[in-house]
Amino acid sequence: MPKDLSIKKALVIGSGPIVIGQAAEFDYAGAQACRVLKAEGINVVLVNSNPATIMTDQHLADEIYLEPLNTATLRRIIEKERPDGLIAGLGGQTGLTLAMQLSKDGTLDKYGVRLLGSPIEAIEKAEDREKFRDTMQAIGQPCVPSEIAETLEDAMKAAGEIGYPVIVRPAYTLGGSGGGIAENEEEMRRIARGGLDASPITQILVEKCISGWKEIEFETMRDAAGNVIAVCSMENVDPVGIHTGDSVVVAPALTLSDKEYQMLRSASLEIISAIGIVGGCNCQFALNPDSFEYAVIEVNPRVSRSSALASKASGYPIAKITTRIALGYTLDEIPNDITGKTCACFEPTLDYVVVKFPKWPFDKFYGSSRRLGTQMKATGEVMAIGQRFEEALMKAIRGAEISLDTLNAPPLTDEDIRTRLTLQDDRRLFTVFEALKAGLTPDEIFEITKIDRFFLFRLQAMAEMEMKVAAEGLTDADYKRMKQLGYPDAAVKRIAGVDTVPGWDMSYKMVDTCAAEFAAETPYFYSCTDKACESRSLKRSGRPVVIVLGSGPIRIGQGIEFDYSSVHCVWTLRRIGYDVVIINNNPETVSTDYDTADRLYFEPLTPEDVMNVIKVEKPVGVVVAFGGQTAIKLTQFLDSHGIRILGTSAESIDIAEDRERFDALLEQFGIRRPRGMGVRTMEEAIAAAEELGYPVLLRPSYVIGGQNMTISRSRAQTEDYMSRILSGGIENPVLVDQYLPGIELEVDVISDGKDVLIPGIMEHIERAGVHSGDSIAVYPPFNLTEKFQEKVCDISVKLALALGTQGLVNIQYLIYDNELYVIEVNPRASRTIPYISKVTGVPMVDLASRVMLGEPLKDLGYGTGLYPVPPCCAIKVPVFSFEKLNDADSILGPEMKSTGEVLGIGITKAEALFKGLTAAGFSLPTARDRSHTGVLLSVEDEDFPDTIAMAKRCYDLGIRLFATKDTARAVSSVGIDVTTVADPKISDEIVHLMEEGAISYIIYTGAVKDDTVGDYRVLHRRAMLLGIPCMTSLDTANALADILGSRFSAENTKLVDINHM
Amino acid sequence: MAFLILGNGAVFEGSRIGAPVDRIGELVFTTGMEGYLETLTDPSYYGQIVTQTFPLIGNYGVIEEDFEGPGALFGYIVRELCPTPSNFRSGYPLNDFLVARGIPGLCGVDTREIVRITREEGVMNAMICDELPADLSAINAYQVQNAVASVTGSCARTFPAQGKEAARIALMDYGAKQNIIRSLTRRGCSVTVYPASTPAETVLASDPDGIMLSNGPGDPKEAVGPIGEIKKMLGKKPVFGICLGHQLTALALGGDTAKLKYGHRGGNQPVRDLKSGRAYITSQNHGYAVLSDSLKGTGIESFVNANDGSCEGMVYPELNCVTVQFHPEAASGPRDTGFLFDQFIARMGGKTHA
Repeated sequence: MPKDLSIKKALVIGSGPIVIGQAAEFDYAGAQACRVLKAEGINVVLVNSNPATIMTDQHLADEIYLEPLNTATLRRIIEKERPDGLIAGLGGQTGLTLAMQLSKDGTLDKYGVRLLGSPIEAIEKAEDREKFRDTMQAIGQPCVPSEIAETLEDAMKAAGEIGYPVIVRPAYTLGGSGGGIAENEEEMRRIARGGLDASPITQILVEKCISGWKEIEFETMRDAAGNVIAVCSMENVDPVGIHTGDSVVVAPALTLSDKEYQMLRSASLEIISAIGIVGGCNCQFALNPDSFEYAVIEVNPRVSRSSALASKASGYPIAKITTRIALGYTLDEIPNDITGKTCACFEPTLDYVVVKFPKWPFDKFYGSSRRLGTQMKATGEVMAIGQRFEEALMKAIRGAEISLDTLNAPPLTDEDIRTRLTLQDDRRLFTVFEALKAGLTPDEIFEITKIDRFFLFRLQAMAEMEMKVAAEGLTDADYKRMKQLGYPDAAVKRIAGVDTVPGWDMSYKMVDTCAAEFAAETPYFYSCTDKACESRSLKRSGRPVVIVLGSGPIRIGQGIEFDYSSVHCVWTLRRIGYDVVIINNNPETVSTDYDTADRLYFEPLTPEDVMNVIKVEKPVGVVVAFGGQTAIKLTQFLDSHGIRILGTSAESIDIAEDRERFDALLEQFGIRRPRGMGVRTMEEAIAAAEELGYPVLLRPSYVIGGQNMTISRSRAQTEDYMSRILSGGIENPVLVDQYLPGIELEVDVISDGKDVLIPGIMEHIERAGVHSGDSIAVYPPFNLTEKFQEKVCDISVKLALALGTQGLVNIQYLIYDNELYVIEVNPRASRTIPYISKVTGVPMVDLASRVMLGEPLKDLGYGTGLYPVPPCCAIKVPVFSFEKLNDADSILGPEMKSTGEVLGIGITKAEALFKGLTAAGFSLPTARDRSHTGVLLSVEDEDFPDTIAMAKRCYDLGIRLFATKDTARAVSSVGIDVTTVADPKISDEIVHLMEEGAISYIIYTGAVKDDTVGDYRVLHRRAMLLGIPCMTSLDTANALADILGSRFSAENTKLVDINHM
Repeated sequence: MAFLILGNGAVFEGSRIGAPVDRIGELVFTTGMEGYLETLTDPSYYGQIVTQTFPLIGNYGVIEEDFEGPGALFGYIVRELCPTPSNFRSGYPLNDFLVARGIPGLCGVDTREIVRITREEGVMNAMICDELPADLSAINAYQVQNAVASVTGSCARTFPAQGKEAARIALMDYGAKQNIIRSLTRRGCSVTVYPASTPAETVLASDPDGIMLSNGPGDPKEAVGPIGEIKKMLGKKPVFGICLGHQLTALALGGDTAKLKYGHRGGNQPVRDLKSGRAYITSQNHGYAVLSDSLKGTGIESFVNANDGSCEGMVYPELNCVTVQFHPEAASGPRDTGFLFDQFIARMGGKTHA
């Protein structure tokens, strides 16, 4: 079927901010879609609120709206742009849900917009529980039987019909609390009663218990002609019960015989045919390990995280093919880009094993439950390719940046190993390995974990290997075996207790979709221990080679922004004539798309793995500046091995990181920074804090996973913090810094060593003390005098030149008491690069990459000094994932907690802020609704003055105020009406008010007191369920108050197309 | 340490698995990621040393009920052989099977490099050995011979239909995979399997509703006897041919076949149905292909390979004969073209019970 020529203009909806469960994979999918559409000559209209994405890049779409993703805004964009079609399946659940809403409310019909790809009926069949069950029943595909019960009798009856064991899930409780597995009637009676009590609506779901079954996924494709293929199978090492996003996953499935594999493959294809999918679709199954019995768990009628993984694991670009199918092509008409010879209507065959390992944020949320279940908690993942399961697993572990290069991880508690094995937590794989070393048998471990014995046997062999070389020393044969199993040399030496190992020249094999059956044109590489190397034998262009290091897995603090920068660097270097190689291990990203760089190495970013690639590629230089901390931390190592670092020198990084050298530099220019000192004991800390004067910022200088930086306001707090830190024993001093609650500014500059360009200055809404990544950032600054602006520019130029960096430098400033301080300087790309690039129109990474390779800045067409400010305001608003980490401490502080960000662009600051907050998920009332709006205040004593001012503004707008006792007393003392509510410890009054809808926002400070933090967490959890925003900074609250008084609504803001500003 | 030495002189080192004997055969590769048991027991691999491109083989051990026939391949090359299988049906480790069946093999081999050489230079012979031979003459002299005669059954056997009998099929066994029989009996056909040498008259005398021509090994032109018998059967009964059966039918009707550079072996080959325009993923295992041009006027090409355009199926409307190059019976591989059995039964006037 040829392309549908009636589509001249297509609307693409992105997935919005990065949150847990919806990360960079949709930028990868969306960017592929945009490229396909553009290549087909179709005019692309893109809407995405996330500025850190590559898909929102100037040249990827014709019209780009960084606007809030809601139906009102999309309706207006459709009205304005009049697209012929809408592609729904590439923007995650967000994009899919919006497309369904626009279809249901008649918008698409009204403006003659066709849904491209899967039809609305198909999406509904997959998404609607009842329709899905009916469809599955009609084609004889088994679902997990379940029934809803509201009485004990009903529950007992349901369990009897379904058959024991059953799982009881109470409705509307978080984390399934109150439920459980019942093996028989007696247990059921007890658990069902408890579940009904726990549910606020006295309802439970009784479901057949399939925990312990294998979890198998198939990524499938179907075109409009009905052709169907299964792109890739995946098997979760963790059985059913742990979200696939939190599971260690292998591809292809490794424990299925052909009979089981084909049974599930056929089921997938029947399902997508019955549903009527047009494009990519994910099918998840539970398979009884002791029979052919299986159940369909769920079907996602769109591209997904799993499809990104499957694409990278197999070389089959699912999003790209999905887009082409949406345009009317059939699978057999679409070429396979990797081979260039075969067509897209085939199933990739792998001649390697892929392991995916999740990246969890528990290091950022100390004390938060590490338990894994049906709610995904990982922020990102790494993928590794090997010729053996063990080899891929070892690469994944060391690539996950969890300070491990083997499976030997120290236990977190001293509980009995068998007890720890029962925990479904992020450490389970390591616990299993520990258990094997401790002599537990695979059978014993299987009984507890239900992890297939296949994997346990492999791990057991590794454990035995390690114990053998530890006891008997390392032979050459052992060394070879350990290299084949994926051990890095450093780990081999440590385990065997030897100082040197023979060394191994790693070879590289291709990922080519076809197990070498056809010659490949655009393959990518993974390392192996074979002699034959397909990279060394590959014909090179002869152009000089540059290696760009990527940024590894997405995590809090190092997100998609760094992939944006890495990819732009690659593109620029290719344009100016280099042969560009990228090394990265994140399957969700654009950087690991097979045609981003000239050559892609899907490898961990560790010294040994990177050096191995360098040996083969022999680059003229390596770029570390765009890959975040992951790449930066390799600088010293590479430098010491004589590898040329482009742009950012090891020297300049050292100056910026070394406290003394940095202080000396600042002193040289007479620049101030907050005073500080390092301490080792309680007494020193108290003395230091008193000398500096409270409040002070306390942090370990060597930040161990999860121990937060904190602001201490009193001796008691300092004592509390220090006793907590010291109880674990410290190796490095604790840093005590003056805490200045001033205005924070952030600047990213480009320097070529002679000249400096300052694309823009950002000002934070929240005062210093809230991590810059968690602050609302405003460009251009709204509160900066000419004098300070000049000073900021002057110091920025001096520092950038003094560091000698060629490329980007990020500098954070603080204005306190009419004095400018420098907080930190980073000679590398920062989180704000994509945001500032997009709103200023300065292609910052492009310029930085050029100067890095010697082009003078002044010849690049953007001048030097401060770049002119455009006539608009752009505000970055952070987005958090606390819904997913519902027990995490959500109070903002010096440790970053947000997972993503959105941008609001407006003519004025108020309009931009309105858009930004809306896009971040705040529901904002119209002027008419204000009288129904309520704000709950519960603040610390020291916040009373600011709170009163804010309360006054709300009060003047007609907003109802509620406050806890002390806060209420303070607010009412100035004559403001406020309803006093009971302390949450005493009564449920606040919860009732929230549920009645009387409270629309919660403003809470007081995080530092441990006795109140528990109260807040309970409140916050309930608020999240009800969609009530909680603010822990009065500055954020003030910004909200600004907006509550504004005239803006989703209907009257100006739509900004950043391509035509 | 043992070796695989190729006809071009390339040497691969590996460790012995299976039977400790040296063996020469035609070196081929299969890209199926699972289904090694079906591969190892598929009679079509007679005379061949099979290389598995998937690196982990033996994960689910040996499951005898999945066997497709007596193991006929000459040698087995894998990257890694799993000593500790895991599956609820698993009987014993795969190496025990190789030893018991006298199949020599190697593990620890860079199988991808074998594929690359085969892809570039075309299919060639190879030898599994403990010591490298002085020259390559013995290796290169080897030819797969008497292939069909070596794997066909010795006497006729009948398999009853499951449920009510819808049709009676005569299956000509050139090295038939068990799943052809299962695919038919499952659909309500009783199946009588005849040795390849059975005269057409004998088969026709039993008055079957349809004749099935099975898959099998070797160069189709070598199977002179079966070609002659097929000639006599065509037009008398509805005929359905698979793989070698497809090739032999073409030769029986005066068409031609040619050897492919390195064959199609695996479970991911796309074929296009030229009538409907639909494309299907199929299981394939063949080194020869029918040259459809040689059958102009006799038959109509029905399926082509979507990758290389080679002939994947023929229809001979006047003879009520349909043949395909791929394996609708799957095992191993995708089951997407199983409907061809239903069509065969429909052509016999029967009902399908799929």
